[in-house]
Order: sequence, then C-alpha cells, then structure tokens
Amino acid sequence: MTATGGFRLPAQPGELIDRSRLLPFTWNGQRHVGLAGDTITSALAADGVRVFSRSFKYHRPRGILTASYIDPGVTVQVDDEPNVRASHRRLAAGMTVTRQNAWPSLRYDVGTANQLVGRFLTAGFYYKTFIKPQRLWPAYESVLQRFASGGRLSGDSVHGYYDKRYAHPDVLVAGGGPAGMGAALAAAQAGARVMLVEEEHELGGSLRWGGVEELALLSELRAAVAAAGVEVLVDSVVAGRYDDNWVSVLQRGLPEVQERLVKARVKTLVVAAGLIERPFVFSGNDLPGVMLGTAVRRLVNLYAVRPGTRAVVLSANPEGDAAVADLRRAGVEVAAVVDARRGEDIHRALGKREVTGVELADGSRVDCDLLVTSIGWTTPTSLLNMAGDRPRFDAAAARFRPTDDLPASVLAAGGIVGDGTPEELVAHGRGVGAAAAGRAGFGGPSLADLPPPLTGRPHPGLFRGRTHGMVDFSEDVSSKDILSAAREGYDSAELVKRYTTATMGPSQGKLETVNTIAVLAEATGSTIAELGTTVWRPPYAPITLGALAGRIFQPVRYSPMQAWHEAHGAQPLVAGMWIRPDHYGDPAAEVRTVRERVGIIDVTPLGKLDLRGPDVPRLLNAVYVNKWSKLEVGSVRYGVMCAEDGVVMDDGVTGRLGPDRYLMSTTSSGAAAVWEHLEGWLQTERPEWQVHVTPLTTSYASINIAGPRSRELLARLTEGVDLSAEAFPYMRVRAGRIAGVDDCFMWRIGFTGELSYEIHVPASFGLHVWEALLDRGRDLGAAAFGVEAQRILRLEKGHLIVAQDTDGLTKAFDAGLDALVKLDKDDFIGRRELVWSHERGSAYTLVGLQPVDGSVVPPEACQIVRGANTIVGRITSSRMSPTLGRSVCLGYVLAELAGPGSLVTVQLPDGARIQATVMPHLAHIDPEGRRLRV
Amino acid sequence: MILLPCPWCGPRAADEYAYLGELTPRPDPQRATRTEWRDYLYLRANLAGWTTERWYHRMGCRRYLTVQRHTVSNDVRSVAAAGSGGEP
Repeated sequence: MTATGGFRLPAQPGELIDRSRLLPFTWNGQRHVGLAGDTITSALAADGVRVFSRSFKYHRPRGILTASYIDPGVTVQVDDEPNVRASHRRLAAGMTVTRQNAWPSLRYDVGTANQLVGRFLTAGFYYKTFIKPQRLWPAYESVLQRFASGGRLSGDSVHGYYDKRYAHPDVLVAGGGPAGMGAALAAAQAGARVMLVEEEHELGGSLRWGGVEELALLSELRAAVAAAGVEVLVDSVVAGRYDDNWVSVLQRGLPEVQERLVKARVKTLVVAAGLIERPFVFSGNDLPGVMLGTAVRRLVNLYAVRPGTRAVVLSANPEGDAAVADLRRAGVEVAAVVDARRGEDIHRALGKREVTGVELADGSRVDCDLLVTSIGWTTPTSLLNMAGDRPRFDAAAARFRPTDDLPASVLAAGGIVGDGTPEELVAHGRGVGAAAAGRAGFGGPSLADLPPPLTGRPHPGLFRGRTHGMVDFSEDVSSKDILSAAREGYDSAELVKRYTTATMGPSQGKLETVNTIAVLAEATGSTIAELGTTVWRPPYAPITLGALAGRIFQPVRYSPMQAWHEAHGAQPLVAGMWIRPDHYGDPAAEVRTVRERVGIIDVTPLGKLDLRGPDVPRLLNAVYVNKWSKLEVGSVRYGVMCAEDGVVMDDGVTGRLGPDRYLMSTTSSGAAAVWEHLEGWLQTERPEWQVHVTPLTTSYASINIAGPRSRELLARLTEGVDLSAEAFPYMRVRAGRIAGVDDCFMWRIGFTGELSYEIHVPASFGLHVWEALLDRGRDLGAAAFGVEAQRILRLEKGHLIVAQDTDGLTKAFDAGLDALVKLDKDDFIGRRELVWSHERGSAYTLVGLQPVDGSVVPPEACQIVRGANTIVGRITSSRMSPTLGRSVCLGYVLAELAGPGSLVTVQLPDGARIQATVMPHLAHIDPEGRRLRV
Repeated sequence: MILLPCPWCGPRAADEYAYLGELTPRPDPQRATRTEWRDYLYLRANLAGWTTERWYHRMGCRRYLTVQRHTVSNDVRSVAAAGSGGEP
C-alpha cells in the first residue's frame, strides 16, 4: 500500500481539508500521506483502505459504517494511545496508527475460527461457557484476552496535563447543528451567557454536507454565533446532566492539554442533539463497504473521498436520495436505487472480506463494492433521559420522540423533537433558545414560553429485513442472538441488553438500541412502543480516567523547617497532607542521640486547637474519656477521645494556659477530624456552651526537644522561664521567650520516654528557633531526628499510636486504657458504650511482646496463632530497638494469653513461626518513668 | 449534584458539604437501653420521602445544618442552623 490518494475527489464546496498541507503517517507500518483536516479514516479511505479492524467476538472484518465518532469498526491504536475513534480523530503528521483486535494480521485473522465455533459465543455465552471446570479459568482468560479488543497501554506513557474547569453559563446548548446554533444565538441576543457545545470539530451538523443553500446558511449562522459572544466548545461533548442542571462537559483537542472536564452549573439546558442514522439489519450488513447514507455524505462532502466505485443504495428518506446525488456527483456508478418507500427491499449483502454484491428481494444479484442504507433515525435522548424524560415511540415517524416530562430548566430543540427544513430547525432552535434565556431570568416572563413543537414526518418503519444480521456492531450481537435470548425467556429490553450485551459496547446504544428493541418486539409478538427504550445513563461519551482525575487540587503541606530538612538529606515521608522527614540517613543513630544526649524533631503537623471560654472544661469532659474539671493553670494532661461507639478516635495533650484559655493538641492525622468533632458537639448537642475553637496547627511550628540534655539545651535559649525540675515539673506548660522569639509555649511531656519539652513557636520563626537549637546544642551533641526514630523511641517506651495500635473496632478498654477511662463521670462521648464494654470485658488486650530470638523483627500485621490455624492476636508495631539491641513489639493477644511471661506463636508472612514472650508492661524500657521525671 | 441553600453562604453545590445522614437524636445516656443506643448509633429509616438530615458546610462556613430534604425529588423544604430548635 502506498500513498496514492486514488479515491480523493476534486475540490468540494464544503470540504474541511487543506490540500496544501500534506501529513505523512503510517498505518500498520505502511506509509500514507493524508491532508490537514482529514480524520484518520478519511485519509486511509482516500488511499482505498477498506478494512480497519476485526470484530469483537467473531473477528469479522469491519470498515467505515458511520464516518462519525461512534463508528464502531474503526477503533485504532495511535502511538501509545489505545481505543482512538479513527472516524473522529483528526490526522496529525507522524502518527503511528495500528490496528486493534486483529491477531496476527487484518487479512489473516486466527480469530475468524470463532465464526466456526459460533455456537459457543451466542447470546449469554459469558454466562454459559468458559465456566467449568473452574480450574481451567486462568487458561480461558488468557486466551480470551488475546481475542478481546482494547489496544495496548504503555507503562512509559507520559501522564499528560488534564485540566478541570468550573463554569456557570446561563444557558448551555448541547449540539451545534442548525437548531443548536439558533438556540445559542437567540439566548445570547436576549442577554444570557451562553455555552454552545459541539461533539464534532466544527459547528454546523448536517448543514456541513448540504448543498449551496445549506452552506450559505451555515456560514451566516457561524458568523452570527461568533458576533453574539457565544462561548463555543467544539470537539467537546456533554457527558452527563445531573440534579439541579449540574452538567459535565468533556473538552478534547486542546493545545497542551490532554482533556479538560468542564463542570457547569447551568440555569437552562437546551438539548439539540439532532438525530443519529440507524443501520438496517440484514445478512452481511457489517461487511466493509456497507455504510450509512450520512457516512457517504460525510466522506464525499467533508473530506472529498469517493467511498467506492459501484454502489447500490437502499433509501427510505430524502437524506438517502441526497446520498445518491452525492455519489453520482462523485463519479460513483449507482447500479441500483432500492426505494423502501415503494416497498422495495434488499435480501443480503454478498462478499467475504468486503462487499462484492447485493442480492435484491427478487433474488437478482447486483455487483457492487458499496452498499448504502438510509432507512431511519435514532433519537439521541440521553440528556433528556438523565433529566427524567422517558421518550415514547412514534410509529408514524419510526423513531422515539421526547415527551414534555422535563423540569422547566431542560428544553429540547430541533431534530430531536421533530422534522423540518434547515430554516425550520433554526427557527425552532431560536424559539427554544429565547425561552431558555427567559427561564434563566432574561427578557421578561413572556420570553419563557416555548415555540410550537416540530412534528414528526411520516417515515417507513424499517428495522430488520428478510435475513438476519448484526444488531450491535461493537459487541457482535446479531438479530439471531436476540431471538434466542427471547426464546430463553429474556423478554424485556433491559434483560435482553444485559444477557446479550447488545448496546453495552463502545457505541453505548447510539446505533443499536432501537434495532435491539425492534427485533425483540418481533420475537415476542410485541411492539416497540410497548417495550419502550432502555434508560440512557451518563456518561454519553467515553471519558478518560485522566480527565476525571484532573489536576490535583489536594494541598501539600510543609513545615517552616522544610528547607533545612532538604538541605540535610531528610528522607521524605508522606503523612496525610504533610511531607515530613522520615530520617536523615540513620534512624538508629538518631535514637541513640535522644537516649544518650539530646535530639530535636519537627512535629509541626501535630494538630493544635485554641479553646477559649468558660465552658471549656465541660467540653473537655465531654470529648475525653478522663476528667478535666481540676486541671490547674500551667498544667497539661494526656487524654483519649472516643466516638459514641466507644472506639478510640484520637489522643493528645491539652494544657491550660489561663483561666479561660486552653491549647489542645491532636494527632497529626486527626487534626481536622477533631476540630470538626468539637464543632459538631458544640453546634448540635450543646449550642448553649460558651466555647470558641480556633485551629492553630499551621500558625505554630512545633519542635520536640528530647533527651537527658534537653533541659540544658532549652535553658540556653529561654528567657523568663525557670526550667528547673522544681519550677517546671513533668506535665506542666509555660509561656515565654525562646531564641529571642516571644509568645512561645513549652510543655514538658514525654512521648519518647525521655526528659523532653515540646515547644510551639510562631510559625514564621520556626526555622530560626530550629537552627538556634542545633547551633547552641552543638557541644551537647544535639542533632535532628525524624519520624522513624520517634516511632522506635515511643515503641521502646510502649506508647500507643492511634490508628497504628488501634483500629476501627478498638474500644478504650481493649487498648489497655483502663486507668484513663472514668466511668464515674456523668457523661462523655462514648461512655454509654464503654460501660457495657467494661461489663463484658475485652476479648483482646494490648500487650508488649518480645520475640524469643531478638534478631527477628516480625512485620507489622503478622498474626499471632494457636494450633494449626486459629488466630489469637496480631502484631501492631514492631521494630529493632537500638537501645536494647533486640526486637520489640506491641500487639493484641486474647485476654487469657495476656499474662506476663506467656509464650505466644507469631506466624511470619513466609509461613515460618516464631515464639514471643508477653511482657509485664507495654514499656520495654523504663516502665516506671524515671527518665521522664528527672 | 444538588444545590443546597446554606443560610449563610447561599446556594452551594452539595460537594462543599459533608452529608452526615439522617438526624438521630442522642438518647439520654443515663437511661438509654441497649436497643435505644444501638438504634441511635446504627439504625436509619432510609425513607423515600421527606427526611430531616444533618449536613456540615465543610468547605464553606463550617456550620452544622439541619436540612429537610425529599430523598426522591431532592427538593429542600428548610435549612437551619443545627441546635437552633425545630428538631425532632
């Protein structure tokens, strides 16, 4: 195959191609040259290419059917992008286009053997075959995958830029044909902000392939739309309509942007989707060379491509007659025109690889390489369906038509409503557009009235002919399959659809729904009107996952000390929205620094809530399980929060800074949830309490200074606060000046198990204080430590982490918090449930565990087992302890196994089992807390 | 996506809010039976019709709201601050 362009016609009045711009590309490795403005299929059809793919199940050769976005047989791979709609995608220079779903080649396709074993692939074959024996399923699956369509995804594909936009047009018009342009114009002229969305690459709809008068009308309309200030989105599609006119629009073909998802809140939605030409069902109707009248008109008029050399046309409407005229003008010999309006019919299409002739109803045969059918229309009522409309079948017009069962904010215009000349369609569009603007609040109330509806012109009802053929071209479902499904009892449209998969392929019913229902009506002795149509749901067109994901709007948070961390080799750790230093190279060394000298850690992500007002103690008593009434000014206390079901929700330390002023800290991941929890309680249950909650998490940088030399270090930088053990004991809070910075808080607490101070300094001075601590602590051996070292330190000390050592079922008593929970309080959140939990006792208990072989660290989430296969617990935290030189764990075991010294069995991921000893305390070091209280 | 009218911020898309479900009054914790407490925690009527619900305007004014909404038509009959009375 070479680039001959042998089927390219001389210039056509409405052609979209630029003959001065040649675009070289390859198709299955063969070089071709197309023209700017070509689609992939028009460029290949100009070179005489007829077969574009193999069908889904039977691997039958397929060619151009509709020459539009939904063309079912021309899905191709372009470079590393699979599933490209080749009758829509504009050609670009250098494209590498390859077939999909044809192995090993389009000409010799092994899958055609499926046609010989067709009895296995009939209706419902998914449910009947490849089921037994079950052990063979992996084998079936790998074979089936080979035959299924889908193209190839490259693991190296660059993830492009996908955009998202929010829009608030007064009127959104879906469909840029004559009625849609008319509607957009009238609405804009009434003063509304209008967005006009067209699926194809340019406005115009069917006017584009019309004659001189239609083209003149088109250019007039386009100029008026541009002058009226309408925002036009082409190569874009309205994918869905949701409650309160929330409308999703997928915008394609943008420079530098892969796709953009526009989320529009629309006052009035005008649906002007036009009509989709419907295929005829007969034997051979899927052969390459069998195409719809509109496909012929597109190829000839838009791309100047001669679709064949000798044609037979089955026509039932003026559009079919126009296709005949186009063919004659294009120099195609029209061997026969079969006029369905006079009761004429065809029997079958002949040919193996492509159409070679037609058998007419009288049995005579006509040789041809092109068979064109124009036998009726499908009304694309998807968006109206999504707004609640259930279209009714109009037998006289041979198509479904919308009813008026729509919200006032959704209107239909043009061909989707009824028939008319181009001028009548524009006029109807204008009337509907004015009403749309009126309903959006423009131009006074009289404008809101709708124009008289377009009526449906009589049309012969043609669905299936005298033979059986394809109903669903994408899913390879034939009229025989639907008959056999009906015989098996699947006698409603929705059941047949699911059983045969008809209408469930990439065309999503746009071509095949009505024929499916018509064949089912025939099989059940019913009518199309009685069966009704299936419900069309969003999305109307395929949307990539990239477009749905869009840009990432989730913020990333860094502490004010981030620059220092980066400069000092911090390994980043993603912790919710925060990026934190996991370690600076050697977490074990960082642990030893804290145990032996002094370390500092950036704990800025800790949640911090400022609580003020006379009722703060009542709030604390309500949200924490322990008692808060007697907390003195200058003291801090550890607390645990539970939900109403008694499950541990968060923990932290709260300090009293003044008579009516408290500072609450939460876990880093729980900061937002705790704030909402407090607000929820205050706003819904106790609105009379006087408490004001202000989140300060990012207003303060937080640093924990831990280790035996921490007092010495902090004292060097602190003014106005006596840090001596007597003046500032354990679990106290002080305010003062650190490294020249006023308004700092320091509280003496000990998550790491060492003497330590947690300081909160105004965020803009965080880096300054951090660097000052390291600078002034150099002779003390001060160094930074990261989250990993902190996790080891707290595990050595036996402090639990909520959501690490607890889960969504862990109640306070299960986590060993017995001493903290004060059931003698009148009420607190979770009390009712905890009273029962306490009566019942805990099945599992949190304990400290040490493997007998201290060199083994059982991974977190390992099961603790008894006997062959009974689970009696699990490991929740485990690390090698640099302080003890052995592995240490926290975990849950059945209460009866929780006694100190009890030996339990831990199953490792590889199936091996080890022994571990239950320790007397959660703390592996310093259970008495002497190091904290120095 | 429905538009929900916030008494402070005006009509806003539902994804600005957190939907917290049907309003379930908290029983007196001193007297509640296990059945009453279980119903409060877990059981919802899930009506097809008018329901009283709690919404939280998370991306807006951060107020908890009591909303009367029809679960079939999505019509909203009233929106008020939680705790302002008129709740069952």
